[in-house]
Amino acid sequence: MRIDCPNCGMRDSGEFTYLGAASLMNRPTGGAGFHAYVNLRDNPAGEHAELWQHSAGCRAWLRVVRNVSSHRVLAVELAREVAR
Amino acid sequence: MTRLARYGHGVDTGVSIPFTFDGKPYCGHPGDTLASALQANGVRVMGRSFKYHRPRGVLSADSTEPNALMEIGTGAERLPNTRATTQELFEGLSARSQNRWPSLGWDVMALNDMLSPFFGAGFYYKTFMWPASFWEKLYEPLIRRAAGLGRLSGLPDPARYDKATAHCDLLVIGAGPAGLMAALTAGRAGKRVILAEEEPLVGGRLNGEAIEIGGHSGLDWASGIRDELQSLPNVTLMLRTTVTGAYDGGTYGALQRVADHVPNPAEAPRQTFWNIVARHALLTSGAHERMIAFANNDRPGVMLGSAVRTYLHRFGVVPGQRVAVFTNNNDGWRTARDLLDAGVTVTALIDTRADAVPDLDCPVMTGAQVVNTAGRLGLERLTVAHSDGSRTQVNANVLAVSGGWNPALHLGSHMGARPVWRDDIAAFVPAGDGVPGLRAAGAAHGDFSTHAALQNGAQLAADLFGQDLPDIPQAEDAPTTITPFWHVAGKRAWLDFQNDVTVKDVQLAHRENFRSVEHMKRYTTLGMATDQGKHANVPALAIMAELTGQSISDTGTTIYRPPYTPVQIGALAGRQKGAHFAPERRSPAHAVALKAGAKWVDAGLWKRASLFPARDEKYWRQTCDREVLMVRNNVGVCDVSTLGKIEVLGPDALTLLDRVYATGLATLAQNRVRYALMLREDGLVMDDGTVTRLGQAHYLLSTTTGAAGQVLSHLEFCAQCLWPELDVQIAAVSDQWAQFAIAGPKARTALEGLLDGAVDLPFMGYAPVRIGGVDARLFRISYSGELGYELAVPARFGAALFATLIKRVASLGGGAYGLEALNVLRIEKGFLTHAEIDGRVTLDDLGFGRMGAAKEDFIGQEMAHRPGLGGLQLVGVKPAGVVRQLTGGALLFDLEDAPVRENMRGHTTSVAFSPVLGHMIGLALLQDGRARIGEQLRMVDHVRDVTTICEVVSPVFIEQTGGQGNG
Ligand SMILES: [Zn+2]
Repeated sequence: MRIDCPNCGMRDSGEFTYLGAASLMNRPTGGAGFHAYVNLRDNPAGEHAELWQHSAGCRAWLRVVRNVSSHRVLAVELAREVAR
Repeated sequence: MTRLARYGHGVDTGVSIPFTFDGKPYCGHPGDTLASALQANGVRVMGRSFKYHRPRGVLSADSTEPNALMEIGTGAERLPNTRATTQELFEGLSARSQNRWPSLGWDVMALNDMLSPFFGAGFYYKTFMWPASFWEKLYEPLIRRAAGLGRLSGLPDPARYDKATAHCDLLVIGAGPAGLMAALTAGRAGKRVILAEEEPLVGGRLNGEAIEIGGHSGLDWASGIRDELQSLPNVTLMLRTTVTGAYDGGTYGALQRVADHVPNPAEAPRQTFWNIVARHALLTSGAHERMIAFANNDRPGVMLGSAVRTYLHRFGVVPGQRVAVFTNNNDGWRTARDLLDAGVTVTALIDTRADAVPDLDCPVMTGAQVVNTAGRLGLERLTVAHSDGSRTQVNANVLAVSGGWNPALHLGSHMGARPVWRDDIAAFVPAGDGVPGLRAAGAAHGDFSTHAALQNGAQLAADLFGQDLPDIPQAEDAPTTITPFWHVAGKRAWLDFQNDVTVKDVQLAHRENFRSVEHMKRYTTLGMATDQGKHANVPALAIMAELTGQSISDTGTTIYRPPYTPVQIGALAGRQKGAHFAPERRSPAHAVALKAGAKWVDAGLWKRASLFPARDEKYWRQTCDREVLMVRNNVGVCDVSTLGKIEVLGPDALTLLDRVYATGLATLAQNRVRYALMLREDGLVMDDGTVTRLGQAHYLLSTTTGAAGQVLSHLEFCAQCLWPELDVQIAAVSDQWAQFAIAGPKARTALEGLLDGAVDLPFMGYAPVRIGGVDARLFRISYSGELGYELAVPARFGAALFATLIKRVASLGGGAYGLEALNVLRIEKGFLTHAEIDGRVTLDDLGFGRMGAAKEDFIGQEMAHRPGLGGLQLVGVKPAGVVRQLTGGALLFDLEDAPVRENMRGHTTSVAFSPVLGHMIGLALLQDGRARIGEQLRMVDHVRDVTTICEVVSPVFIEQTGGQGNG
């Protein structure tokens, strides 16, 4: 698998570290949402928005949309830009 | 046996190469494979089959070979299951046959063949089922002894392997006519091309045929193209390179056999495993000829027709004086014609098609089938049945079989795509979009004529890069004329030669309702050997289709996974083995510790000094006890450079840290240090460490050695993904600073005069200092409970400072101490490591229940209070009975309970012998632990078989005294 880091260009997936679903960016402010935020995840056999860190590169956190069945990477954005 | 004159373009008969097979000396020539050389020497039996131990000879002339598997080399270098058909001959090569005892000619296990009625499909499943307890003791050892082909040496592999990466615009997989044209077209357009070819020479099938291209011999044409490709700087021709896997993102795995054909490779790696990243790829891997199943078709001498032609043209070898041909398509005629042209006796051409009219100068039998073979340890004659029911005996010691062609489509299935059946050519072709960026051309695409290969290869490459089509040289363009014919009715007709699966086994699978191809495969083990069913799969599912009355298309096929051919684990490991398996991290003061006699321990990737034994010390405990008492009574110095160090800067640094740590940091004054814990979002403790406020908006965090990477990533996640509005920068500085703990009652004395200025710091204070003009950082912190400092200098001064500190403490009667003593010192004080912070504990469990209560929001705050969380509280334990031993990870039980899992009350996390107290002490996590201080429990270590009565005590074993810690 290869990921096109907005800072560094196309790199092998070995340079990146996977965290989990991109929903981790939507941290709730109140108490009620935390159970879902921490524990509940969709598990699609298809397109999935995820967080990857370019840990052996620029160390940017990336929001990567990927088809988890084919590993085809559909979109890569800087998480910082998405979160703003 | 001699070579045929005028044939054998691939071998240099002017030079002889000695080699041995099963200890017997033979001679071959440069360019030979082991298989061609053995056949030239008249050797027919090259192995025994897997299950029935039947004698087997060479079937093919390529990497699909299921029979001629050998052990190459001796001692530690012995390489089992090597295909004699791809192993190039070199001087001194030593090969041994496999799966036979005591010899190839006489094999005791061939008894299995007599018992074959009992060894059919599903034999293991039916026989070794009951009773369950027999599995481990009887069945498994029995099966293991019988199973397996070659033997591993059992010794470390001394060969070198490498891993490498390459990038290209076009990867061409296979250098036959299609691949050469594709590489040429893209190469002339200036594209970066990698042309990977499994064989040591280009040309593909042209090497085994008498085909003309553009009025020249196919060989001359191929070498002309090769010369042009090699003259292009943008084209890389990789011979002896098998593309073994197709992966996502345009990446391909490829195994290059760099020195497998070299007698003394010296510094060269044996093999290199390539990761090739290609914008586009073309599968021009050709096709594999199929067998036809008939009774005793596994007898040595029965071969594929294309293999017979390859041995004739490339190697100048005909493995018998009398050759018969059995075919269901026009390819068989080509075999007969080439042999006749070479002056070889063709005793019969047997064509299954009644309407075939071969124009050949040899006995021709149409509408006929080979129904049996005979001969001891090799083919001597065969029985042919004619359409009128009559039978003929044919003398032959070679039978060249042509059952049609299977496109070598395997890579096209590596991402899960199913091949597509084409009735017109009676073969599967790769699914068009099976691997993004990979397209098939030529025979791999089902276009079998030479002209089609040349045309398709050039066309695809021209289309990819918007080039004009080059001139396509003239070549044969014969249509595919095949009448599918899979097997002759009769006894014991082999499909999978390597796993000994016959037509009868497929019929049995059908009867017992294992009819889907996936079930059939697993029930019969067809296609599950090292050749992955390259010859067996298609005939077997054609037979299953016949039995179920379905079309082959509806029956479907199993798919193929990487690797295309077996890859040694060593090649995948490359140089990452032994000490090079992972990088080794060393403290800047490593050499000083080494000189001071350090013993080492691995802490993640770090090498940390565990002990500094004095000359008279024989056991590690002597050293450890001395080092602990040295710190308690005098002074010691310890290298703590491995701790994680992270700097956080910016106007919003405090805001970020206050949200990340459970510990309140708003009140942390400049030049002060605070012990702090951070939680995960699920409310459990992630790590502990210190936070030092270096400046107004400048903080330094320390983390535990093992959690440094995780904490850094976590901070970056918080800053980038959660709160990007914060104006803050995060920098990892672990490698920039060397840091040393100076601990003990004489710690202050040890530092006196070292710093440029006075040392007067309050407990948990920080000061920027200078040592000999170098900026340094001094912290008044302690992980031992004693008066303690930590002194940090830029890494390049670490070794010098450690040496100086050791000298200074030595003059006071102290010395260096290692990780063992550090651990005892912190257990005596009840300080934490990741043995306690094990990912399952809450702040309250660790005795920090009130931490963070007054804060607004921080990571983990919300979930830390969910019901049911925590419950095992940190306590101390000490022996209270006759047995004085404590062990880490042991379970704790109430005295009246049986020591079984359901009664467990907790477990020990860290234990040590305290030289101050004179007995063992331990930290433990215990249900309602704080309420149970003073009670007795039973500690049981079921692994080491230790049972100790313990008393529950405070986790702080040594109380603070005037001269210690915060004094
Ligand atoms: Zn990057």
